[in-house]
Amino acid sequence: MSTHSSRLAARLMVAPSVALLLIWMIVPLAMTLYYSFRFYRLLSPDRTGWVGFNNYLWFMNAPDFWLALFNTLTLVGGVLIITVILGTLIALLIDQPVKGQGLLRILIIAPFFVMPPVAASIWENLFMHPQNGLFSAVSRGFGAQPILFLEDYPMLSVIGIVSWEWLPFATLILLTALQSLSSEQLEAAEMDGASAFSRFRYIILPHMTRAITVVILIQTIFLLGIFGEIYTTTQGGPGSASTTLPYMIFKQAIVAKDIGRAAAGGIIAVILANIVAYFLMRGLGRNLDS
Amino acid sequence: MGKIQLTAVRKSFGEVDVIPGIDLTIENGEFVVFVGPSGCGKSTLLRLIAGLEDTTSGVIDIDGKDATNLPPARRGLAMVFQSYALYPHMTVRKNIAFPLKMAGMDQAEQDKRVERAAKVLNLTSYLDRRPGQLSGGQRQRVAIGRAIVREPSAFLFDEPLSNLDAALRVGMRQEISELHQSLKTTMIYVTHDQVEAMTMADKIVVLNAGRIEQVGAPLELYNFPCNLFVAGFIGSPKMNLIEGAEAAKHKAHTIGIRPEHITVGDGPWEGVVGLSEHLGSDSFLKVSVEGIGTLTVRAPGEVHARHGDRVRLAPAGKIHRFDATGLAI
Amino acid sequence: MARAQSPRRRLITTLAAWAVALIIFFPVLWMILTSFKTEASAVAMPPQFLSADWTLENYAEVWARSDYPRFFWNSVVISIGSTLFGLAIAIPSAWAMAFVPGKKTKDLLMWMLSTKMMPAVAVMIPLYLLFQRLGLIDTKFGLVIALMLMNLPIIIWMLYTYFKEIPGEILEASRMDGATLWGEIIYVLTPMALPGIASTMLLNIILAWNEAFWTIVLTTTKAAPLSAFIASFSAPQGLFYAKLSAASAMAILPILILGWFSQKQLVRGLTFGAVK
Repeated sequence: MSTHSSRLAARLMVAPSVALLLIWMIVPLAMTLYYSFRFYRLLSPDRTGWVGFNNYLWFMNAPDFWLALFNTLTLVGGVLIITVILGTLIALLIDQPVKGQGLLRILIIAPFFVMPPVAASIWENLFMHPQNGLFSAVSRGFGAQPILFLEDYPMLSVIGIVSWEWLPFATLILLTALQSLSSEQLEAAEMDGASAFSRFRYIILPHMTRAITVVILIQTIFLLGIFGEIYTTTQGGPGSASTTLPYMIFKQAIVAKDIGRAAAGGIIAVILANIVAYFLMRGLGRNLDS
Repeated sequence: MGKIQLTAVRKSFGEVDVIPGIDLTIENGEFVVFVGPSGCGKSTLLRLIAGLEDTTSGVIDIDGKDATNLPPARRGLAMVFQSYALYPHMTVRKNIAFPLKMAGMDQAEQDKRVERAAKVLNLTSYLDRRPGQLSGGQRQRVAIGRAIVREPSAFLFDEPLSNLDAALRVGMRQEISELHQSLKTTMIYVTHDQVEAMTMADKIVVLNAGRIEQVGAPLELYNFPCNLFVAGFIGSPKMNLIEGAEAAKHKAHTIGIRPEHITVGDGPWEGVVGLSEHLGSDSFLKVSVEGIGTLTVRAPGEVHARHGDRVRLAPAGKIHRFDATGLAI
Repeated sequence: MARAQSPRRRLITTLAAWAVALIIFFPVLWMILTSFKTEASAVAMPPQFLSADWTLENYAEVWARSDYPRFFWNSVVISIGSTLFGLAIAIPSAWAMAFVPGKKTKDLLMWMLSTKMMPAVAVMIPLYLLFQRLGLIDTKFGLVIALMLMNLPIIIWMLYTYFKEIPGEILEASRMDGATLWGEIIYVLTPMALPGIASTMLLNIILAWNEAFWTIVLTTTKAAPLSAFIASFSAPQGLFYAKLSAASAMAILPILILGWFSQKQLVRGLTFGAVK
């Protein structure tokens, strides 16, 4: 399969995408890096110059920074935990011989097709709204005060919304994995006297490792950059309660119009993403080799 | 047309020498079988000839021309793969016509050749089916059809029968042999099955760890194995190899006696029958003999030895002698 | 895992599965229902399910107040354009990585995927300036490029896993049969990988259709797709629930319907080929 000519052709064929991605990554990154060491505020265009690490120091000493960092990781971790666990349970349920599996799948996959701003606005207005939302109607039906989701539990609400968006993805991948498990293996385990729980623990779960890996890998990539849902619903508030790192950078750039500090935040976010990526690839890359 | 000559052909993957250096000449029209245990480099050697792998060094001549650096398509060879490698999205007709289409042959000539090949291979009524709708044997024929329409100067077969069941294998073996007799084209056939090698080959090349152990006609290898490896590999059941005092009697380090060259009834060796397999025509006995070890004996079908019986054995036929390095004396 | 079960257990699992599916689907359903209610009916307490005043007025008004067809057309061009462009670049790359793998292939793939981990917000300003400099702001072409690059790692990854499933011997056979590199790709590889390519295409059209960050940052009016269109509607904060729902429905229904029709291929695609 490998001759000199085919290897040369292969290099040529990989080259365009590598080059494009390299440019797509390096150029904005270099520019961000450059700005992060500059004084650059749109509101005072006359003042420019190098400021050393001041932008970084300001960003890291900002009162919101550690909260934003914590919120970012909470969001990623929370959504991963919820989608993987619920996804596994739902996959196990649908994998049973149930009537109308095709239609079931159509219903379950639907949230995946809903673009983030729409998803966020459905939840914010139609469900979580304290006066007109469906949840408040339910609370009142029980004679209780409506829960102020976005005010009192902003992070939980955002995690809930994002989990709803990603649950179909997790469920369907896990379901596909489940369906590829041979029933003979389970029957053998049953003959060996394994209980339903043991069968899940020792046969089904190991079989799904690879699928769970894919779910975690792909979702983390998308979740680290979550922005639209927060922008539409809580705007990072109340206060900074639901501000994540991307949202903090956005505020610094668009609201405060301070490009230099926003750029420093951007570089910090990139470093964070790389740390997460490194651990993810190291921990999970192994599971992907088959 | 179809003479292939390998001169000092070497192949290494990184540090590992898969083939440390091979010289071999395959004459025009010969049916040559590469045989050896798995991992011996026989498939790699075939792929080097095909051009699917680069040679690390050495020269491959096809019909007197240096083909070492030619791409596979320009070597004038056709190959039948172990998995048949049929194009699943094409009908049988399109599969067989594919090499002709790639060569830019006109449609009428393509059709003519496909029809002719289909007739030879009994595929005429399947031409518009897809490979997925065919049985294993039929797929095998399509793969052969795809090879013969090109009228190559040599055919390469890479373990083509290993995915077929036993009965079909015997049938296809004969068909390929007949094909060779009617086409008279050079064929190189890779297998790990020494029965295939014995029954089909004009010339067998026994490979081991990337080296050629012996080249020769089937009976030549059978009767005059040049070393212990060939002696043990060719022939089924395996030749009995005896070391020690018994071998010393024949002035050798090791002696070999084929199972059919031992008779049951009277003789110098006495032993207990361990396993006996009665096939009807023959009976295979495993007899453990004091001071010699376990001997496999091929006795006529009417010998009724059973587990635990004591029998006497005698060598009756050629005794192969080998020295301490394993070479035949 | 089709195993014999008692009818009772079957009934319970069926009911449970349907309950779960309906809960997951309910927000979308509720939005669609709301879009057909009058504004008064939409915010009525207690909520009205069947007794609502039904109307098509909201759709008519959203249609009249905004230039829906233009947003729609922009979405179509951008999502399909970026996907096709991405496929054209990704197919050769994925071919090379799947069939002529080197020692670094796995690392290269991981690196490509990791470029997606860069938070979009972090590079928003430079990219905006860059696009401005190149005159690509608010152009469909600019968005096609941006979304293509954004999804390229995913496209390559998916194609790679599909190509991996194709036995190498078949490609070798075509090489023996005299196919050139392009012949091999056009006549053998592409037709065999067609289901995988279709899945990849569908998933990426959906990802591009739903992309709501770059589309909003990099467009103003001319090239704005439906994700930007909907952003302009989320302002009213509960005042116009029915109209908001109608606009939302108009933004997601095209892709929802496409997704439903191609559900089978899509599920295959969703697994990124990594799960059989």
